Amino acid sequence: MSVLGLFNYWIFVFLMMVGFYILISRGNLVKKIIGLNIFQTSVFILYISMGKVTGGTAPILVEGDAVYSNPLPHVLILTAIVVGVATTALGLSLVVRIKEAYGTIEEDEIQAEDLRS
Amino acid sequence: MEDRVILRVGAKILIPYILLFALYVQFHGDYGPGGGFQAGVIFASAFILYALIYGLAHARRVLPLELATFCAALGVVIFAGVGIVTLLKGGLFLEYGVLRHDPVHGQHLGILLVELGVFTTVFGSMVAFFYSFAGRRTGRS
Amino acid sequence: MTAIALLRIRNLVAVVMLAGIYSLLSAGLFTVMDAVDVAFTEAVVGAGISTVLMLGTLALVGRKEKAPDRHPVLPLFVVLVTGAALVYGTLDMPRFGDPGNPIHHHVAPRYLEESGHEIGIPNVVTSVLASYRGYDTMGEITVIFTAVVGVVLLMATRRRRWPGEGKGDDDGG
Repeated sequence: MSVLGLFNYWIFVFLMMVGFYILISRGNLVKKIIGLNIFQTSVFILYISMGKVTGGTAPILVEGDAVYSNPLPHVLILTAIVVGVATTALGLSLVVRIKEAYGTIEEDEIQAEDLRS
Repeated sequence: MEDRVILRVGAKILIPYILLFALYVQFHGDYGPGGGFQAGVIFASAFILYALIYGLAHARRVLPLELATFCAALGVVIFAGVGIVTLLKGGLFLEYGVLRHDPVHGQHLGILLVELGVFTTVFGSMVAFFYSFAGRRTGRS
Repeated sequence: MTAIALLRIRNLVAVVMLAGIYSLLSAGLFTVMDAVDVAFTEAVVGAGISTVLMLGTLALVGRKEKAPDRHPVLPLFVVLVTGAALVYGTLDMPRFGDPGNPIHHHVAPRYLEESGHEIGIPNVVTSVLASYRGYDTMGEITVIFTAVVGVVLLMATRRRRWPGEGKGDDDGG
């Protein structure tokens, strides 16, 4: 098969790099968490695309012969999504507490505040 | 948002169906897409809708934060409890086959209980998250 | 792609809305790749709950992002190098959708062939989730529970004022 069969990995790499770029180039903490979410979704897409079989169907058993896609990545990602939202909520609550302690959620202003005290 | 009639009536119509759909997703998870994780989130979203439309104070009277966190803990207890029951019945941890005489029936029962535990935890935690973030705002002067 | 817009826009409310749309789009992508359970979860969680939580946070922390004053060249360089390395790494990866991929030959065939009469329920995802990989799922809900404990402890305490906002009537938090 040709190199074109790899396009799912390239989509994954592209999304992951967008998330990574947001994470390291933006100073706003909420924006950073959104960047982490994009990063996370790119990994989900990687797993699900690896589980895909050409001509397959969703892994719910039916009568007769059928080709199913791989159920194992589905299970892993299903739980990872819900855990992801739980950890996102934890991160956001930390952001709220930082805002209340420093009065800002911009990274450089927080560092300036730390240096002053 | 307490004075918006359309929103209030619309939410009142929608909420029972959201709750019902969550239970459908929960118990039909064996046959179609769905299961404890999705059902818990949908069930919680009904409460979140109620809190958004009718105000957080009303929602907290229906389901206090303490009850939500208790649900989150209870789900873990149900899940681990199923494992301990299978231990006591002579199986391995979380080996549902020993719950009934017929292993397949045991698997059915085990999966049902475990999904119930997942549902309770996810529901309780999503509601607790929402209460924590929304309740912070009312605390602001 | 929506992700690029997320990068550019500085109004955080618009960013959160776009993040919801992005979640919904990826849920559609999961459906196309036959992962209906995952798509269902992503649509409910990503587009629903996470958006509500993010908006709740924005109501507390303000909605404007400061203009970036740092030079974006260094992060861009790092990202491009990492991306190029990853793309180079994918050249050896198995092709998309090929039934002969190694991932389809380890434990997955057993789940698909045996779960029908071992567990007796048609949805393989449910039987793997709850039965074959019950330990995993129990760990996951323990993580969720821990996150709840963390959030409630962080958010349920009294609010402390920041410097220069009337320290006098602060009775500790």
